Amino acid sequence: MADLEFQIPKFREIAEVPAIGVGAMAHSRPHVANEKIQEALGYQTKLDADWQTTHDKAIGKFGELLGKYRSLKVFMDSCVHCGACTDKCHYFIGTNDPKNMPVARQELMRSVYRRYFTLAGKMFPGLVGAKDLTKELLDEWYTYFWQCSECRRCSVFCPYGIDTAEVTMAARNILDTVGYGQKYTNEILGKINKIGNNLGLPGPALENTLEGLEEDLKEDTGFDIKYPLDVQGAEVLLVTPSADFFAEPHIESLIGYGKVFHAAGISWTLSSYASEAGNFGLFDGDYAMMRKVALRVRKAALELGVKRIVVGECGHAWRVAYAFWNTLSGLGAGAKDPFAVELQKQLDPRHKQPTHICEFTWDLIQQGRLKFDKAANDHRVITFHDSCNVARASRMGDHPGGQFDIPRNIIRAVANKYVDMAPETIREVTFCCGGGGGILTDELIEARIKGALPRMEALKRVVDEHGVNFMAAICAICKAQFTKVLPYYGFNMRLIGGVHQLVSTAIRLGNEQ
Amino acid sequence: MLFAILFYLAFVVMVVGLAYKIYDYARTPAPLSIPTTPAPTTTPGVAFRMAREVVLFESLFKGNLWTWLFGWMFHVGLLLVLIRHLRYFLDPIPAWLVLVQPFGKYAAFLMVAGLGGLWLRRFFVERIRYISTPSDHLWLALLIGVGVSGAAMTFVTHVDVVAVKVFFLGLMAFEIYPLPTHPALLIHLFLVALLMLLFPFSKLLHAPGVFFSPTRNQADRPRESRHLAAWAAQIEKN
Repeated sequence: MADLEFQIPKFREIAEVPAIGVGAMAHSRPHVANEKIQEALGYQTKLDADWQTTHDKAIGKFGELLGKYRSLKVFMDSCVHCGACTDKCHYFIGTNDPKNMPVARQELMRSVYRRYFTLAGKMFPGLVGAKDLTKELLDEWYTYFWQCSECRRCSVFCPYGIDTAEVTMAARNILDTVGYGQKYTNEILGKINKIGNNLGLPGPALENTLEGLEEDLKEDTGFDIKYPLDVQGAEVLLVTPSADFFAEPHIESLIGYGKVFHAAGISWTLSSYASEAGNFGLFDGDYAMMRKVALRVRKAALELGVKRIVVGECGHAWRVAYAFWNTLSGLGAGAKDPFAVELQKQLDPRHKQPTHICEFTWDLIQQGRLKFDKAANDHRVITFHDSCNVARASRMGDHPGGQFDIPRNIIRAVANKYVDMAPETIREVTFCCGGGGGILTDELIEARIKGALPRMEALKRVVDEHGVNFMAAICAICKAQFTKVLPYYGFNMRLIGGVHQLVSTAIRLGNEQ
Repeated sequence: MLFAILFYLAFVVMVVGLAYKIYDYARTPAPLSIPTTPAPTTTPGVAFRMAREVVLFESLFKGNLWTWLFGWMFHVGLLLVLIRHLRYFLDPIPAWLVLVQPFGKYAAFLMVAGLGGLWLRRFFVERIRYISTPSDHLWLALLIGVGVSGAAMTFVTHVDVVAVKVFFLGLMAFEIYPLPTHPALLIHLFLVALLMLLFPFSKLLHAPGVFFSPTRNQADRPRESRHLAAWAAQIEKN
């Protein structure tokens, strides 16, 4: 652990809401994307030299978005400052900065909306809290809209369903447009557009990695568990976050997926062209960008002729896949337009398209096609961290809430010791890991550590009371974030892992019983 | 005469302003499926969710019990009071409205108490104080003014309500009759007209807004049906 210039938050005895500390996180700023990164995405490369030009472009883009997104338009008007959201954001709880209260974060943008797009704000700016867009205010946008993980927890409690994620996305979209992009997110978008995954791992390197994995597994298990790449005519195309190919503990889940396919005898493949489930286009709310990334999966599916698309353990990826792929790339069902039908007639209508790997595995378990040695997981006392995008922006299975039940069902099917964290910290009111939505970058470590506080507190309780030593998650960002942050709160970094890591431990691969 | 003009103006501004806003919300596409999940998967399910939201303030209940309590008291009180006020616009008064009368009368206390609670929060809860703007305070003052002046006419001083009714029935028939010049009445009506005038330009837009909130009014079935906005379909053609 490097020396930090800030205090790690202390666990609270009682989870009371902190007093506000004005400006506590005003210094937090991610690195700005350089001209090369911006250019690769077709965004303006840097801020214009004169403020007026930037101002006009920002207001122009704001107006365009208000015309394109009902969410933004309605959310700008509807807030009554009731304050129901003020104590719901993990970044506020962890940092005390009042501008991390969802309503105040939105207000950075709403004050500009009022000034330029409403009569009241044009006539009586002081009265209604309307503000001119200044360079200082734009800098504040950059500071605070990059302290939001777009986790939607606030939207659960808002009487009008105002979703700060929509506001954050719009603000970031405007920032990108005027040449004020964030390095981490935009650099990764450049890599996926050029190479096909967020890591920038080219096809041959991926092939090598997978071959190495096959050899290791042969040695460990004695079975020929395959990781097929670019196989024409496979039944299933697996699209998974590229972190699964090399990062710990992510790769343990990749091993789990391979074992599930092996045990069930279902042919599958990865794609070198679409070797990434993540879609960072979501984070900046740029529809065209998100679509461009999504089209890679469409193209791979069409070329490989697969019947099913299965998505690996990744939170925001599952949101985009589940909720947006049908819209963006026609990957789903029920369409009548030629663009979407071209793909949909190829996909097997008996299955949900796309399918989450947990839905896939749970189906097989229910059909009795997988066998487990549950005792193999007996060294673990397990809890489950609901990832925000899975919990509040998607579903699994046929019923609302399946996204909570199916992963837990799998865990209970493969392990004996499971315990939930406190009810006010899981399922639809789950707390973000603190690193989602484009925040998972080193220079934002303060926000990441402090934002993890509510989850760490809930974890601490089950660790102390039940001896929990494994927190399962189904999100590549959660896994990376917790691996980094757990030690700061006195936990072992290996406490975090994947659901399919547990599956991997317990699954029976052949007739060895 | 002045009040007649004021009420015609306020009525037109409110109706036209709200109609424009509703049209504006309706014509703006929601390009992506973004219900806050778990969400209903069917249209009746969405209607039920929206009804719970509008009638019971379900999300606010989950969010903050005190705000929910005061907010709900105020809105239910206001609703009962508004229903009772129909007696000034309907002739003859239907039997059910006569039954509502006592509830509508005492609902004024519910309404004002709720508003008072909401206002106290703006002073005493640090976080709410931080986010409150001058207009937030003025709205509460205005609504309390409406409530107190109205209740005063029922419970404190007497106003010739028959003449008031003649005045409003007259307005509805484009005929102008004199309005009693009782101070409580004039204050009450002036504040109501002000509220109507400001409605379409203010945070009172949360009333139509909630029905258009995509996180609450969308069914959760993106894998089963393709959701495509017109401008997004245009991108597809390029």
